[in-house]
Amino acid sequence: MPGFLKLTRHIALLPPLLLLAGCDMVVMAPSGDIAAQQRDLIVISTILMLLIIVPVIFLTLLFAWRYRRANTAATYDPEWHHSTALEVVIWSAPLAIIIALGAVTWISTHKLDPYRPLDRIDAARPVPADVKPVTVEVVALDWKWLFFYPDQGIATVNELAAPVDVPINFKITASSVMNSFYIPALAGQIYAMPGMQTKLHAVINKQGEYEGFSANYSGDGFSHMRFKFHGVDRQGFDAWVARVKSQGTALNRDAYLKLEKPSEREPVRYFATVEAGLYEAILNMCATPGKMCMHEMMHIDAMGGAGKESFKNHDRLEYDNRHATEEGAPAATFPATGTPARSEEQPEGTNEPMQHEMPGMGGHEGHSMPDMQEGSDPAPAQLRN
Amino acid sequence: MFSDPDLLKFVFGRLTLEAIPYHEPILVATFIAVVIGGIGLLGLITYYRFWGTLWRDWLTSVDHKKIGIMYVILALVMLLRGFADAIMMRLQQAMAFGGSEGYLPPHHYDQIFTAHGVIMIFFMAMPFVTGLMNFVVPLQIGARDVSFPFLNNFSFWMTTAGAIIIMLSLFVGEFARTGWLAYPPLSGADYSPGVGVDYYIWGLQVAGIGTTLSGINLIATIVKMRAPGMTMMKMPVFTWTSLCTNVLIVATFPVLTATLALLTLDRYVGTNFFTNDLGGDPMMYVNLIWIWGHPEVYILVLPAFGIFSEVVATFCGKRLFGYASMVYATVVITILSYIVWLHHFFTMGSGASVNAFFGITTMIISIPTGAKMFNWLFTMYRGRIRYEVPMLWTVGFMVTFVIGGMTGVLLAVPPADFVLHNSLFLIAHFHNVIIGGVVFGLMAGVVYWFPKASGFRLDPFWGKMSFWFWLTGFYFAFMPLYVLGLMGVTRRVSQFEDPSLQIWFLIAAFGAFLIALGILSMLVQLVVSFIRREELRDTTGDPWDARTLEWSTSSPPPDYNFAFTPVVHDQDSWWDMKKRGASRPLSGFKPIHMPRNTGTGVILGAISVAFAFGMIWYMWWLAGLSFLAMVAIAIGHTFNYDRDFYIPADVVTETEGKRTELLASEV
Repeated sequence: MPGFLKLTRHIALLPPLLLLAGCDMVVMAPSGDIAAQQRDLIVISTILMLLIIVPVIFLTLLFAWRYRRANTAATYDPEWHHSTALEVVIWSAPLAIIIALGAVTWISTHKLDPYRPLDRIDAARPVPADVKPVTVEVVALDWKWLFFYPDQGIATVNELAAPVDVPINFKITASSVMNSFYIPALAGQIYAMPGMQTKLHAVINKQGEYEGFSANYSGDGFSHMRFKFHGVDRQGFDAWVARVKSQGTALNRDAYLKLEKPSEREPVRYFATVEAGLYEAILNMCATPGKMCMHEMMHIDAMGGAGKESFKNHDRLEYDNRHATEEGAPAATFPATGTPARSEEQPEGTNEPMQHEMPGMGGHEGHSMPDMQEGSDPAPAQLRN
Repeated sequence: MFSDPDLLKFVFGRLTLEAIPYHEPILVATFIAVVIGGIGLLGLITYYRFWGTLWRDWLTSVDHKKIGIMYVILALVMLLRGFADAIMMRLQQAMAFGGSEGYLPPHHYDQIFTAHGVIMIFFMAMPFVTGLMNFVVPLQIGARDVSFPFLNNFSFWMTTAGAIIIMLSLFVGEFARTGWLAYPPLSGADYSPGVGVDYYIWGLQVAGIGTTLSGINLIATIVKMRAPGMTMMKMPVFTWTSLCTNVLIVATFPVLTATLALLTLDRYVGTNFFTNDLGGDPMMYVNLIWIWGHPEVYILVLPAFGIFSEVVATFCGKRLFGYASMVYATVVITILSYIVWLHHFFTMGSGASVNAFFGITTMIISIPTGAKMFNWLFTMYRGRIRYEVPMLWTVGFMVTFVIGGMTGVLLAVPPADFVLHNSLFLIAHFHNVIIGGVVFGLMAGVVYWFPKASGFRLDPFWGKMSFWFWLTGFYFAFMPLYVLGLMGVTRRVSQFEDPSLQIWFLIAAFGAFLIALGILSMLVQLVVSFIRREELRDTTGDPWDARTLEWSTSSPPPDYNFAFTPVVHDQDSWWDMKKRGASRPLSGFKPIHMPRNTGTGVILGAISVAFAFGMIWYMWWLAGLSFLAMVAIAIGHTFNYDRDFYIPADVVTETEGKRTELLASEV
């Protein structure tokens, strides 16, 4: 079966491949097992549908040509408008295809459910019993990515690494608006939403540096909300963790609250230590001191609610408004007033330095992207795989 | 007096001089062009002393034919605006590589893609579809007007008011930077505090009233006003698809209205329906908006399917194959369109069974759609096909649409959607079905029914130019986007880092340029046809040797459409009459009862623009006064008893007599 699939896949891809020689179609040639299975599904579904699409296009062009008015040799039957046999074919042929495709869909949707822990490393290898998955907690911030490694006790901004052939368990949330966490070479995307946690299980099978980004529009800085994902071997991963630990600073709540503020083209940052419970606090929207965590509120509600007393909790539960209160009255218009919706930056092109500072950031210039203080700076060259 | 800030704030709300984008050269140039064009247009109207006619015969008209034509004009104007946005996006994406930021900063680019989507769906496709239905349906069912002629006029002006509100955002303030469906929390007060989202909300709310009322009107018309003998299963297919579309409109637009009303409360009053905090749930908005949004797709495409059915039967000179199966397919699509909405967000974390359910229901829709495709195909079989321009659009549609259908079913497979969602592959898919399906259908419909509306055919040479530019332009513009989607490029990105992508964006920009030539050809076609109108004149009323009732009357039809209500014996009733040699009645005309024109619709539309402007800019006095004025005028209108009149019998006799002479001169 896999051999057959491989063959059909190659045949199906031949014409576009000839056309697209030299073009890097990461979705069709991924490096992680989940994305590879998703690619196979695209190929199988396309072939199934071509069974009906190709004849339809062919017949359309054939009839369009054959029954042109100039061709008086063709039969003309102006009253012919019904054929039970043909009607049966017309309805049952698409039905048959959809039954097949529906079965494929039902099975694959369950098998490739992003919430389902992996049972194989790739087509040939099941997950070994003794392997411990790497857990990564992902937070989509405005407009950068924060990755926690709870088992390693580290965190990074805009850089992700994982050992090859080891299952990765992602837990994903966001700080303000909806984003979508997507590394095309690794696995399909899943939304990152504030106050909620989504999950993704995946594995990378080949070493390399891959592109990751947000696939759901989230505002001004969205275009540059990108990061690198490094697939490395075990030693490489350990070395990377060690490097983060030796070069990183501490990530506590204060540092997080500064990091969380809107910024664009954020350089890579390392955090050697992470305050306990920070990810949980972000997820429950209570990283700001004095705020009530959502799980506390839900607990109170589950116990029957706090009645009229609960009004006292109102202020502690306000979350979104922090942006408005910090920046004064909302601007009527942007860019006219120069106060964008939730960015502390000047409008594009004014070349003002960015307002962001991180304590102790001086120490890791080596990992920062080029100095981004001027809006006109070119983006760093992309390393392609 | 203007030194008092409180007074200023009371009068102007949050509107300040700063809201005028005089520092944006693109907008200033656009504004100057609009002003010059506007002065030119007003000058021409004055020069030709057209004001009186314009007001008496058009703006205040309750004639479904004139309202239909005005809807189509609105749609064409908005097509130019929406397409200008498209060209700007294509240019930006083709330029912004290797550190170049292009010519549009994100805050401008984000408004453009939002405006493009909103305008193309709500103010191009919707008025276009409504306009054709308005013009054609009463004629096809042998009626003299719609059920509620004043409501029709009012609906049109509310839609136009919505369009004006959206256009105002170009020169006063800003438009939303949220994407065309304005997902919260991004569209909430905290993350989009400006007026952009408010323009979006009020523009859609005002236009939505028009759309819903027009849907009710057309349902009532189709159900109650069919000519004697026209049973449901003898209705023309376009009338069937219009009925289904209007059922969808009436059932779904209230959902949109309610969803936007909740978002409005969040933004204006501080409720927490869709906020992150205090129990709000942004996911609820995404569900609600797509419960409207997915049927909306079928609202647009079903009438297009109806147009193709009329065109293919006419130009193949053959009865439509499988009429009953066509009707059932339409009804099945109508029902199924309500249970597929979740396929727009498989990636939001629903369980596998939920995702699989919605994926499979989506695929099931392709079965009736496929059946329709086969029905058109077998109508061509053993036909005698005349390649007039509408038929070219139809064949172009059949080949193009199946590709879009295929990629659509592919996107309905949830695990495949995980890698393709929000990518340019998705963009290519829905433009594939909207352009290849809806736009091609509307273009076919315009060319097909133009002689009925104007009395002369459109110039075929420029029509063919337009078709070929659109068709090739479409493939050049969107096939590269499929490729880019497979390369992992996501939508709504304004700057790129990977230089290997640029070639595909350049090809796509070239395609957009070809489409621009297609639109230009269409405008040239209109002008050339007007100049050559005497050569292209349709004296018979039936220039295509067509099959349905609208071709039995003159082109353009008289105000009363039919001197006598026709009696229907067969599906293709006009074809049936021609075959049986039915003759026109020449005498015995009676006075015809007609509705009288009224200016109330225009006035209410204008005041609703003022109301929306007041709400958007927090000028509460303006909003309050306008609202009171609207209520007062609406109540006042109910006391207007001068609503109808009779066309005297001798006027009918004279009109019909002229037609008899014209028809005789032809033979």
